[in-house]
Amino acid sequence: MTFEAPHIRVKDLNVYIGHNHILKNISLDIPDKKITSFIGPSGCGKTTLLKTFNRLLDRNKDVKVDGQVLVDGEDIYGSQVEVTGMRRKMGLLSQRPFPLPMSIYDNIAYGPRIHGLRKKKELNQSVEHYLRATGLWEEVKGRLNSPATSLSIGQQQRLCLARGLAVEPEIILGDEPTSALDPLSTQRIEELFLQLSDKYTIVLVTHILRQARRVSDYIVFIYMGEIIEFGPTEELLLNPKQKLTQEYVKGYIS
Amino acid sequence: MILATLIIAGSLVMILWTITAKGIRSLNWDMISKAPEGGFYIGKGGGLLNAIIGSLYITIGSTLLGLLISIPVVLYINIYARKDSSLATVTRFTFDVLFGIPSIVYGAFGFTIMVYFGLRASLLAGIITVTLVIIPILARAMDEVIRRTPEELSDATYSLGATRWETSKVFLRQSLPGIMTAVLLSSGRAIGDAASVLFTAGYTDSIPTSLSQPAATLPLAIFFQLSSPIQEVQNRAYAAALILTVIVLVISLGAKYFSKKLSKNKI
Repeated sequence: MTFEAPHIRVKDLNVYIGHNHILKNISLDIPDKKITSFIGPSGCGKTTLLKTFNRLLDRNKDVKVDGQVLVDGEDIYGSQVEVTGMRRKMGLLSQRPFPLPMSIYDNIAYGPRIHGLRKKKELNQSVEHYLRATGLWEEVKGRLNSPATSLSIGQQQRLCLARGLAVEPEIILGDEPTSALDPLSTQRIEELFLQLSDKYTIVLVTHILRQARRVSDYIVFIYMGEIIEFGPTEELLLNPKQKLTQEYVKGYIS
Repeated sequence: MILATLIIAGSLVMILWTITAKGIRSLNWDMISKAPEGGFYIGKGGGLLNAIIGSLYITIGSTLLGLLISIPVVLYINIYARKDSSLATVTRFTFDVLFGIPSIVYGAFGFTIMVYFGLRASLLAGIITVTLVIIPILARAMDEVIRRTPEELSDATYSLGATRWETSKVFLRQSLPGIMTAVLLSSGRAIGDAASVLFTAGYTDSIPTSLSQPAATLPLAIFFQLSSPIQEVQNRAYAAALILTVIVLVISLGAKYFSKKLSKNKI
């Protein structure tokens, strides 16, 4: 599938780690302000693909990335790109929440601070705004100076989301962001994603088909480093065109 | 296992018992408040203030200097260099080798350099030599802590648009308790090491007032007094050992207290 103005356009992407060919000839358009989910069995390369979007793979030795990833039309693997500024456009939510080793307040204020916001009043506003946006404000407003680790794991994940939103990204990348959470916290995160998809392009990696169905507009099925099928959620899940997709959706491949 | 535990605990008790029993009689306020005064060789009257001050100067100086050098190295091999790069491997191996070199070799090395430049034994030379002794300890201990910090923490900071330097600061915050432990280990070594200061810091009865003057240290005070044939002076060595032990104890407790305080926000 192609879109007229995709937010992220991947062109002929190949990723090698050592001698392993992890991603093979990936070409993909991620639509603007929609939720796109990557599904596929463990080890199929879906997390690797997600991490190529903000160049987090670069730090590893032996990683070779070929091809283009265009964000807003600009190749993020181009030589002119300023990596830290580019990463700022993408909020990342990892499998387990990793709050920074500081207080709840400082976790949210961290991003704005490193990007130069110093005024106490504006920082306060920003912290409150993003805590409200993730539904945490009422729960933590009395203990903003407590360590972030004093929160429950579900709250920590929402804190991480708020922290990511505070740097005003355009894209949210979620790497199985609910895999460590209980059903109730999972539901809250999913609701947040649905709310946020008005303003942000969201890309999720998930191995839960029901979750993919609940939240996403589009689904990409990846198998052994290749994109097998890409389509609107209901169509891909209920009426898959490829045989591999049919088998995966039915649960034969896991 | 119980036997092994008992042997360890027993030797600690015996060491403490010996130095306390023999040292407590010679220990008085003069010992810790005065520099040596006349009589016998290295003092019958007066105290060990020269060695206490000298030891503290050397320990604090070398620990600070050591941190100043080892923190950037550790950050470089963990955050700036690519993961498991050959540079990091070589650096770690180098530290392991340096770790194993006896401190007398560092002392001799420092002395050779001082002779080459025509310098006298001095506080500064002592600090620099002890710094060389403790850098491998500091660096390896901190390296282990920072290496154990989950990778997702750097994923998180980089995704927020942090630079490597800003990421380093977050890692340092996360590792503060571990850094305290490293400081504790190394300062214990720095204050207790006799061989490296023997040629480099020298020994003197007066309290050093500048970096270019020689400085006495507690381990050397113990060594010199214990080698004296006079019983009274020997007993003073045990008093010095007692003082040294108490200082080490205070450093440990202090480090423990701070490390607890600092781990409040640790993830």
